[in-house]
Amino acid sequence: MSGGVDSSVAALLLKEQGFEVVGAHMKLWDYVDVGADIYKDGRCCTLDSITDCRFVCDKIDAPFYVLNLSPEFKTKVIDNFVGEYRAGRTPNPCVRCNSEVKWDEFLRKAQEVGCDFIATGHYSFVDQGAGGRWRIRKGVDETRDQSYVLWGLRQEALARTLMPLGSLQKTEVREIARRHGLRTAEKAESREICFVADNDYRRFLREHEEKKGRRFEAGEIVHTDGTVLGRHEGTAFFTIGQRKKLGVSYPTPLYVRSIDTAAHRIVVGDDSDLYEADLTAEKINWMAKDPSALTLGGPSFEADVKIRYLHPPARAKVEPLTGDSARVRFVEKQRAITPGQSVVFYDGDVLLGGGLIA
Amino acid sequence: MDRIYLDHNATTPVDPEVVQAMLPHLAEGFGNASSAHSFGREAKVALENAREQIAAFIGCEPSEFYFTSGGTESDNMAVQGVARNLSSRKNHLIIGATEHHAVLEPAEYLANRGGFQLDVLPVDSDGFASPERLASLITDKTALISVMHGNNETGTIQDIAALTHAVREKGVLFHTDAVQSVGKVKVNVKDLGVDLLSLTAHKIYGPKGIGGLFIRQGVKLAPVFYGGSHEKKRRPGTENVAGAVALAKTLEIAGRRLEPDTKMLRELSDYFIDKVTTLIPDVALNGPRDRRVPQTVNLSFSGIEGESILLSLDMEGIACSSGSACTSGTTEPSHVLVAMNKPKVEAQGAIRFSLGRSTTKEQLDYVLEKLPPVVERLRAMSPVYQKAKS
Repeated sequence: MSGGVDSSVAALLLKEQGFEVVGAHMKLWDYVDVGADIYKDGRCCTLDSITDCRFVCDKIDAPFYVLNLSPEFKTKVIDNFVGEYRAGRTPNPCVRCNSEVKWDEFLRKAQEVGCDFIATGHYSFVDQGAGGRWRIRKGVDETRDQSYVLWGLRQEALARTLMPLGSLQKTEVREIARRHGLRTAEKAESREICFVADNDYRRFLREHEEKKGRRFEAGEIVHTDGTVLGRHEGTAFFTIGQRKKLGVSYPTPLYVRSIDTAAHRIVVGDDSDLYEADLTAEKINWMAKDPSALTLGGPSFEADVKIRYLHPPARAKVEPLTGDSARVRFVEKQRAITPGQSVVFYDGDVLLGGGLIA
Repeated sequence: MDRIYLDHNATTPVDPEVVQAMLPHLAEGFGNASSAHSFGREAKVALENAREQIAAFIGCEPSEFYFTSGGTESDNMAVQGVARNLSSRKNHLIIGATEHHAVLEPAEYLANRGGFQLDVLPVDSDGFASPERLASLITDKTALISVMHGNNETGTIQDIAALTHAVREKGVLFHTDAVQSVGKVKVNVKDLGVDLLSLTAHKIYGPKGIGGLFIRQGVKLAPVFYGGSHEKKRRPGTENVAGAVALAKTLEIAGRRLEPDTKMLRELSDYFIDKVTTLIPDVALNGPRDRRVPQTVNLSFSGIEGESILLSLDMEGIACSSGSACTSGTTEPSHVLVAMNKPKVEAQGAIRFSLGRSTTKEQLDYVLEKLPPVVERLRAMSPVYQKAKS
C-alpha cells in the first residue's frame, strides 16, 4: 500500500472477496539519504502516506505493517539508477523496483508471514494464457495502463500475484473509495520517481556522488557534423532526445543524439537525426511468450512494441538472438530510442515480454 | 483465544485501582497546584502526599524527588542537566553499552555538538559491566556516569551497588535508569549508591505521561527547559497532580505485589524458556538466567529475522517485540545484543517476550503451540539457516 487510492481500493476489494488481507507499506528510502524534507511531502514512503495507509487498514479491519526494504532498494534501485546514468544510459527505476524489490524481496516477506499472494493496485490483469503461462494484460482503463513497468515479473512471481483493479476505470475506483469513506479517495496521484523529492534527477545524482566523493567528467558537446559546440559537466546529466539544458546556442533546435561515455562526449543533431528503425533488446524476460517456443536466430514474430512508458506501441518484428536478447525492427522509424529504457512487446493487450534497450 | 499481550516491557495496562485514585484529581480536584487559593492548595497537598509516598518507596527524602513526564524526560534531565552544569570544568561522559536511547541520544548529542568526550562501558555476554573497567575509564574530567539498572531488552539486572561502590572515592556523579526495574525488583537509592535515578509509571501498571527523577541532595543540574519555578525551578510546567497520585498508587500496589508477582513471573518464564528450548532447536536465551527481571524472556532464533517472527505471531493474535519498541521497523540488530557480543545471525532473530500480571499458563501454551511452526516455516525459507545446517 502506497497511501494512494489505488492500493487502498485494491485492499478493500480483496477483503470483500473473502481474502484475509494484510496491508503493508514498503519503506524504501530514508529522508536523510535522499535529501527530502520530512516536514514537507505527501508523496509515497513519507510519514503522511504511511498514516493514510493506517487509517485505511483500520477502516477495512486489516493488520498493517511497515516493512523496511531500504537496504535492498539502495543496492538494487538507487545504486543502479546512478550507475546507469553514469554509463550513458537512461534508467527506469520503477522497472527495477518492481522486478528486484517488490516482486522479489517484498514477495518473500509476504510468504514469510504466511501469505499466499501479494496484491497491488495496478490497473492490469494477471492470468494464465493458453499453455498455462502466467501473463499480464493491460487493464480496461487505457489511460492508466502501467503494464510497461511490469515486464520483469517472472512466472513464479506472477503465480502469486493478484491485481484486482484490472477491470475498473480510475473514476470507478475513486467512487468505490468515496462510498466506503476511505480518506484516500481524492488523493492526487504521484507520477514522479519516489526517491527524487523535487523530480530533479540531476540534483540527486550530484548530491549522491558528492557524498561518495566521486566526480563527473566534463567534456565536449559536438554536432553530428563534427563541430564542437560547447562543453558539458558530465554525460550523466543527459538523455537521448533531450532538447533543454544543453547550454549551447544554435540557430535551430538541437537534440541529444548519442552519449559517448568513453570520450565524455555528447553528440547533438536535428530532430531528424533521432529516428531509427532498429534496436537490440537485452536481459529479456519472456512473459506470455513461451521462451522454449522461440527459435534463436530463426524467424521473427510480430508485436506491438513500446520503447517508453508514454510511447504508443509501434508495430515491429522481434528476432530472438539468444535466450534473453533480440533484435527489434520497427516498421516505421522510432524517435529517440534510448539505451537503458525498457522495450516491451505486446500482442494486443497481452504482455509478451520485455527487456532493456542496449 | 483472545489476543495475548506479551509486551509488558513496552507498556502495561493501568491498574483499575490506579484509575480510581486518579479520577478525583481530574474532575473536582483539578486545581493548579501553584495557585494560592483553595483549589490550588488542595491540589498541592495531593501532589506533596504523592511525593512523600514515592520518596519512601525508593528510599529518599521527598525533597529529592522530582516529577517528570516519564522516563525519557528523566533521563534527559539527568544526562543533559548534569553535563551542562559541569561543562565549564568537565567534559567527559561514561555511559553503559546497553543503555536505552533516552540516555544514549542525549549523550551522543553532547558528544557531537556539546564538546563532550564519550566513553562506553562495555558489558559481557550476559550484559554485566565490570566495576574495575568502570574505574579505569574515569578521568578528572568525568562529569557523569550513567548505567541502567534493569535492561529493557534482556532484563539483565546490573549490580549498580558494586559499580557505585568501586568508584565512590572518585566523586563522579552516577545516574541509573531504573525505568524497567522499579516496582519489579527492590530498588532503594541508598543501597544502589546512586546520585540520580529515573523511573516511570507506565511500565508498572500506571498511566503514560508521568515519571520521576531522584536527585540526591547537593547535586546540581542545569534545567533542560525553562518556564517557571515549579519543582524547585528544576522542572517547570503545571504539575500533573492526577499523574503524580497515579504514580504513588502504582508504586504502592507494586510494593504489595512484589513477592507474589515475582514468584509467579519467575515460574511462568522458567516454564516458557524450558518449553521453547525443548520444542525448537537452535534457540538461545539472551541475558542471564538469574539476576534478570523475571518477566523478560529474550530469545534468539538462529538464522531467521525477528521481524518476520513478530508479524507472524501478531497475525495469530500474539503481541511481543523484537529489539525494543523504539527501534522496531529496522532490520539492524539491537545495540544491546551487539554489545553483548551476540553473533549477527542470532541477534537478528531475537524476540522479546515480556510477561505480566495478566499472563497465564494457558496463554503461554497457546504461544508454544503457534511458535514452532512459524519458526519452522521461516527456517525452511532461510538460505542462511539452510546453509548453516548443511
